[in-house]
Amino acid sequence: MTNHYIDLKNSDVILIMGSNAAEHHPMAFKWILRAKDAGATIIHVDPRYTRTSARCDYHVPLRSGTDIAFLGGMINYIVNKDKYFHDYVINYTNASFLVNPEFTFNDGLFSGYDPEKRKYDKGTWTFQMDLNGIPLKDPTLQDPHCVFQLMKAHFSRYTLDKVSSITGVSKDNLLKVYEAYSATGVPDKAGTECYALGWTHHTTGSQIIRTMSMIQLLLGNMGIAGGGVNALRGEPNVQGSTDHCILYGNLPGYLKMPSASLDTIEKYLEKYTPKCNDPQSANYYQNYPNFFVSWLKSMYGDAATPENGFGYSWLPKMDDGKHYSLMHLFDKMYEGKVKGLFSYGTDPAVSSPNSGKVRKALEKLDFLVSANIFDNETASFWFGPGVDPKQVKTECFLLPAAATMEKEGSQSNSGRWVQWKYKAANPPEDALSCADIQVRLMDAIRALYAKEGGPNAEAILNLKWDYKNHNGEVDVLKVAKQINGHFTADVEIDDKGVKKQFKKGDLVPTFGMLKSDGTTSSGNWIMSGSFDEKGLNKMALRGKEDPTGLGLYPNWSFCWPVNRRVIYNRASCDINGKPYNPKRKLLAWTGEKWVGDVPDGPWPPQADKEKGKYPFIMKADGVGSLFGPGMVEGPFPEHYEPLEGPLAKNPLSNQLINPTIEIFNSDLDKVANASEKFPYVCTTYSCTEHWCSGALTRWQAWLLEMQPELYVEVGEELAKELNIVNGERVTVSSARGDAKCIAMVTKRFKPFKVEGKTVHQVGMPFNYGWLYPEDGSDSTNFLTPTVGDANTFCPEYKAFMVNVARRRG
Amino acid sequence: MQVTRRGFLKLTGVVGASSALGLNFKPVNAYAAELNKMNRIKTAKQYTTVCAYCSCGCGLICSVDNVTGKIFNIEGDPEHPINEGALCAKGAGFFDLTEANKHRLRKVQYRAPYSDKWETKDWDWAMNRIARLTKDARDKDFVVTNDKGQLVNRTETVSHLGSSNIDNEECWLISMSVRAMGLVYIDHQARV
Repeated sequence: MTNHYIDLKNSDVILIMGSNAAEHHPMAFKWILRAKDAGATIIHVDPRYTRTSARCDYHVPLRSGTDIAFLGGMINYIVNKDKYFHDYVINYTNASFLVNPEFTFNDGLFSGYDPEKRKYDKGTWTFQMDLNGIPLKDPTLQDPHCVFQLMKAHFSRYTLDKVSSITGVSKDNLLKVYEAYSATGVPDKAGTECYALGWTHHTTGSQIIRTMSMIQLLLGNMGIAGGGVNALRGEPNVQGSTDHCILYGNLPGYLKMPSASLDTIEKYLEKYTPKCNDPQSANYYQNYPNFFVSWLKSMYGDAATPENGFGYSWLPKMDDGKHYSLMHLFDKMYEGKVKGLFSYGTDPAVSSPNSGKVRKALEKLDFLVSANIFDNETASFWFGPGVDPKQVKTECFLLPAAATMEKEGSQSNSGRWVQWKYKAANPPEDALSCADIQVRLMDAIRALYAKEGGPNAEAILNLKWDYKNHNGEVDVLKVAKQINGHFTADVEIDDKGVKKQFKKGDLVPTFGMLKSDGTTSSGNWIMSGSFDEKGLNKMALRGKEDPTGLGLYPNWSFCWPVNRRVIYNRASCDINGKPYNPKRKLLAWTGEKWVGDVPDGPWPPQADKEKGKYPFIMKADGVGSLFGPGMVEGPFPEHYEPLEGPLAKNPLSNQLINPTIEIFNSDLDKVANASEKFPYVCTTYSCTEHWCSGALTRWQAWLLEMQPELYVEVGEELAKELNIVNGERVTVSSARGDAKCIAMVTKRFKPFKVEGKTVHQVGMPFNYGWLYPEDGSDSTNFLTPTVGDANTFCPEYKAFMVNVARRRG
Repeated sequence: MQVTRRGFLKLTGVVGASSALGLNFKPVNAYAAELNKMNRIKTAKQYTTVCAYCSCGCGLICSVDNVTGKIFNIEGDPEHPINEGALCAKGAGFFDLTEANKHRLRKVQYRAPYSDKWETKDWDWAMNRIARLTKDARDKDFVVTNDKGQLVNRTETVSHLGSSNIDNEECWLISMSVRAMGLVYIDHQARV
């Protein structure tokens, strides 16, 4: 989240799209309802009518997978009706920047596309530069090559008629949402957006979120109280696990995982340290070397020296352009090329797309190590449905783990609040925390390498790994301090004009003091400042002070970065530092300093041409990107159909699907687009009583009784066509597999009118697996395809094609 | 961490209600059990924790019996600024994640190749066996240089998934140690 949960109460218009907040984030929804009580308009755009819809001012159904068309139409509306916040757009975005004249867009494709590689050469996705290497601008926004005009032309194709025909949303409903939401494009109104997996689970997921980010920039809703683009994330510490990057492409703190062509630390730092010639851009990532070298110091300790490039050569390198996501892993495992899998607190046999392929892949492993608090379908795959244990070679370990209240440590919520929690009781019998499991395991591995050696053994033996206390248990506070970082030598630091002395071993109080010379260590730079230099654990703070009255609670827990509760907050003020909205003063410039939230840097506002800085300090050019060349599909979002959809042709171009998604080609990766055999759009979701794959909640009698088994929601019109009655047993099938379940005939799904044809949509929860309850249902993901977003590889669970049939006997 | 509790149920009111129930003693006994729990909560040690489901980060209070050291009650933390003591259905059922749930795993389980059953093992045996398997797999197919001759120091045959459902410090230890081993297939629920 750019903002945080309590901040939702500060909004005037809340668009909930890609989320069913009332059922999946009930406590977040409480803050949405507080906004409603204060007079806010709440809008729900979703294929299905849910309990969220029931409490909103209105619900607008749209066909799964058409969000970019819907939002692109909103951009067209905002630009044509002159609803955008001019001052903000000119000063705080790249709307005025002049784009390379060779940049083009034609029939669904941007310039530079290579159909063989399904990739773009981004050579023309650039700005025109002046002699000083600063982008040329037209503050009147009239130049035909300026971002604003290109954007306007791009989205002019998203007319009401076209958008209505693609999405199945009536023109009246489109206008109702566009009008209400774009009314926030004024200084004293705030609009926010809440999304969840309903946006990420598409082959166009990142670009859906980007389209909304563009709308928020156009309306001046970024960096303000009650604004932002807010992911309501679905797992308790998914923010923290992402921050610490248990991800193939990133190292802790979103540092880049090195690839093979960057064979020296110098080349690596050259590539990932952004440059900007504009003196008014803070370009905060120019500090990248400080963060990266400090991270290497935290990994290898004293073994990381300037002479050995701080151990850079020991790190694994990815092949350039290759990805190693969960879907790539199971694809490679299915080929028989993966021998071992560690699966901690996860149940991919239920939760990964194309379960049939995943389960076959697991059978090809030599060993599988699972750590969980309950057994699950992954750990026990070897006796699953249709599997003969006598044929499965895999050596399996199921390690009993401690539950969250049985261990001390921190968890980060979606609003970036890092909260400390305490150990209330011991875990049962032999169970251990995952920290203890990982430390013990690594101790055993390190002992083997110390004795026997092996390839690149230095990487394992030089790993700093001294986190146990005298009882042999992991000292979690020591780990947390290692993450925060410390000085590795006696140093003197100039802190805003004041000289400060630090001793070797002192905690680093903020990431601004990290260095690239090896005198600091920090396991994750964004967490630097979670302790103060005296050792105060800010994550454990429970102060209830609320000086701004906006619900920032600056003394409750620690919020990264540097306890900033709303990021990009300098954009809540005009170029002189005066708050745009006097009713909700997030930040204000006194003439000497910023007061309110922790500002995005101490510099004066940008009207000060000498010392002032632009507000978007993490962007190299300091402004929000309406033109975003970082995306793989193009600098402007474009509607493409899902991998499997009801249409044979994209109504907007001849490019049916996202041209940059990776296509998986195993014999189990079947696809049926616009097929008569699978005529209904299907989406998947959760429920209040279950969590994710149900791997925790199905074992709980109270919750299981509330939601005992798999069902498919079928609209009344389709049920009538198929002669299906409520409660009847049915089989839902796709090109990849089927799911047996109960039909729930409902008013919550209504047929869509798409390109003149009636399109039915159905939906299913994804919380079930064969292991428990014993007579229950199996995974919905037997239906879903192995395909993901081209930037993130989030699978497309939210739009694929199925058939529904009655089941006899 | 001990926290100050808010005022709880008015005990006199509960006693009055139960005595008025007449001859059916079952509800009376149930109320007596609740009363007993009230007294236990009053004298219990209380620890704050954070919910383990969605990412709202709601606060909970675990009450731990002074004598047994076991958790006997979990409820919303009224001091917490986000949930203000309230919880959803899953959070309200948090107690069912404790060891009171008969399904909790308590022992290391091992399944040998081609076997049809789990068997119980101790930690030392399991850790040494997993370390052996990991080292053998890593060393056998370790990729020092790729097809282009570039130094890559990686293993593609051992992989790690998870978890978004463990603490930050645990995530960090995993993130660091799997890189030290040279893994590249590293992922978790952020993507699913």
